Amino acid sequence: MIAEIGQVALLSALLVSLFMGIVPLLGARGRHAGMMMTAGTGAWVHFILVLLAYVLLTSAFLLQDFSVEYVARNSNSQLPVHYRFTAVWGAHEGSLLLWQLILAGWTLAVAGFSRSLPAEFRATVLAVLGWVSVGFLLFILYTSNPFGRILPPPVDGRDLNPLLQDPGMIIHPPMLYMGYVGFAVPFAFAVAALLRGEVTRQWVRWTRPWTHVAWAFLTLGLALGSWWAYYELGWGGWWFWDPVENAAFMPWLVGTALIHSQAVTEKTGAFRNWTLLLAIAAFSLSLLGTFLVRSGVLTSVHAFASDPTRGLFILAYLVVVVGGSLTLFSFRAPKMMMGSGFAGVSRESLLLVNNLVLAVICAMVLLGTLYPLLVDAMGAGKISVGPPYFALLFALLLVPLVMALPLGVFARFKRDRLGRLLTQMRWPLAAALIAGALTAWWLPEPGLAPVAGVAGAAWLMAASLAWPLKRLRGRGQQAGFTLQETAMTLAHFGLGIFLVGISLANVTSAEKHVRMAPGDRFELGGYTFEFAGTRSLQGPNYSADEGEFAVSRDGEHVTRLRPQKRRYLRESQVMTEAAIDPGLGRDLYVSLGEPLGDDGAWAVSLYIKPFVRWVWLGSLFMFAGGLLAASDRRYRKSTVNGAAA
Amino acid sequence: MSRLVPLFAFIALAVLLGFGLRHAGDKSELPSPLIGKTVPDFDLPSLFDPEARYTPASLAGQPWIANFWASWCYACRVEHPAITDLANRGVVRVVGMNHRDTREDAAEWLDRFGDPYHLHVFDADGRTSIDFGVVAAPETFLVDANGIIVFKHIGAVTPDVVENEILPRLERMGVEQP
Repeated sequence: MIAEIGQVALLSALLVSLFMGIVPLLGARGRHAGMMMTAGTGAWVHFILVLLAYVLLTSAFLLQDFSVEYVARNSNSQLPVHYRFTAVWGAHEGSLLLWQLILAGWTLAVAGFSRSLPAEFRATVLAVLGWVSVGFLLFILYTSNPFGRILPPPVDGRDLNPLLQDPGMIIHPPMLYMGYVGFAVPFAFAVAALLRGEVTRQWVRWTRPWTHVAWAFLTLGLALGSWWAYYELGWGGWWFWDPVENAAFMPWLVGTALIHSQAVTEKTGAFRNWTLLLAIAAFSLSLLGTFLVRSGVLTSVHAFASDPTRGLFILAYLVVVVGGSLTLFSFRAPKMMMGSGFAGVSRESLLLVNNLVLAVICAMVLLGTLYPLLVDAMGAGKISVGPPYFALLFALLLVPLVMALPLGVFARFKRDRLGRLLTQMRWPLAAALIAGALTAWWLPEPGLAPVAGVAGAAWLMAASLAWPLKRLRGRGQQAGFTLQETAMTLAHFGLGIFLVGISLANVTSAEKHVRMAPGDRFELGGYTFEFAGTRSLQGPNYSADEGEFAVSRDGEHVTRLRPQKRRYLRESQVMTEAAIDPGLGRDLYVSLGEPLGDDGAWAVSLYIKPFVRWVWLGSLFMFAGGLLAASDRRYRKSTVNGAAA
Repeated sequence: MSRLVPLFAFIALAVLLGFGLRHAGDKSELPSPLIGKTVPDFDLPSLFDPEARYTPASLAGQPWIANFWASWCYACRVEHPAITDLANRGVVRVVGMNHRDTREDAAEWLDRFGDPYHLHVFDADGRTSIDFGVVAAPETFLVDANGIIVFKHIGAVTPDVVENEILPRLERMGVEQP
């Protein structure tokens, strides 16, 4: 029964979202208050129905109802209870349901927090979100129903993909989807503004906090994904420029550009059309990511089981949503330039640099990701675009971005003088030079990239600290420090930390792949790894060999590392569980390869990864900055003003 | 006019994606045109010994697996445990067809992830992989004793593919399972 009720709940949710997509719109046209009010009620009902479906699917996992095909494929009787909760989003169908639940949640939040907006506008935004839901629910019901039954039911299920049986996977997908789906909100605001022909500065102010929250979650989701890949895949890397990673990175890049262009549009009215376009693009790229991951067009390790019907459906959905909104944009976007112009040196021009560079990086990633498709389409044979292409171009494009960032923070709107700006930058500049020199002195083989990277990071961090100091010392209008500015400082400082991580982690890391028998010692980067042998152990649904390594430095014990090689019973899949001793200065990382011979020897990978934690630490700062920016009270006050205006 | 640019860019993208999708459909639904045909001819050196050469004729007589891999290929690492498992069963010769790679990178990769292959063939310029119709690394072909391709798998081989596709076919060819 559970599955059938779930299915009915989803069908009802579809009807409700259809209703939400039509009735409030008609109400907004005819200025009929009652019809517009139904949007808020619809958002509630829709959320409750989707939540019901989600809870029912979860209970099917908890109760081990293997007659539900999705449960049978992604769970079995030995699966630990906490993984039964997360198995719900462990494969295609359930993860779409999670996606829909989050969309319903966002829609409800918009309905709740936007009561002070003009009724027509609010109704239109909710109607657009309703249509987004219609598409997704159709997709779920038509191609990816998680509630389908198999008859006769199997005695036991298969298993949850062992890669996903991991704490990192419990939170990574929900955070990522929060970000992906969150961009539906600025998208809906943009489309509503275009539909109503009200592309004003007010509109941008309303949409900013939503963008910040979505962006913050996407940042966190990406960081968690990278952290998970680092310790779970056992290859010692944290970013592989894989199509799936790129698919999530592109909306992040455009979302970052959007946050900055919104700041300008709200303040001066400039970049108005560009902001609209970015709002559409951020969500479009989220959808494109979904398409790439789930359609099987590109080969990737973490791709979901590919199914061309699904691909066709998402492509059609993509064409309707993106094609439709871009058509709307081309006809309805304001033709008049708004806001006064700005000089060559001004905050606007520097943020324009930021936007252009981010857009170019995004285009570069898109091109690299789709290049194999493109070459194939031209019949030129297959070419694989590897990390070297991405890493090189990304590093080159970071240069103007990092250089311009502090200038953009310090520059005044409208017009500024380069001389004044540069005087203000003397301390960050000095910090950059010192940090660069220290790095060059410290690194055994200093290259241009790490030295420039650390110098750039110091430039960012020093400037991020200099700005609040200046504000706190300032007088009159200059004094004071808003929450927004704290948020900006945090995020930019985080980018600096991140930059230290990516500059140093790869060049200073040491790795060795060696054969080690029990009792063997190996020295790497000043640390001695002594292999004490392996023992067998039994997990709930796997058996494992656990190695033990005593790590010491200059004769002093540092830590004990216990990497595992797990064999999951049900599908006899082998998983490598790396053992990591984390630290701000360095990670010690050991993973087991294959057993070699009969004397208990193993192929062992040893890594020392300095500064790799900084990559995620920096991302956490950015996440905190994003959330803080959204919580600025100014928004709530101004929405009331906006409603009055 | 300039406001139409994003729309046109998107239309171009959608056409490309549509093409890719048709192709993805080919991959999973249509059998490879090579299935049931003789292995494409090649004459390639060993990965480790440039003097030793392999041809389809030199491999004939018993079934073999052609596993196209490369050190730059991300999914090859993923399938490696499954390939290792298949090779260790000792029921079929697993031939590593290293393509578009360098000998140094390939050797380092094998050192690092283990070398289960019975034979190593080196297809430096990828010409043979094109003859095999390899569109994405890794790809794996099962060739019978007479040199006929009987099965092809695109993407990472999983334990499931070994268990339900490759081993049953070997069994039908009369290969004894230990």
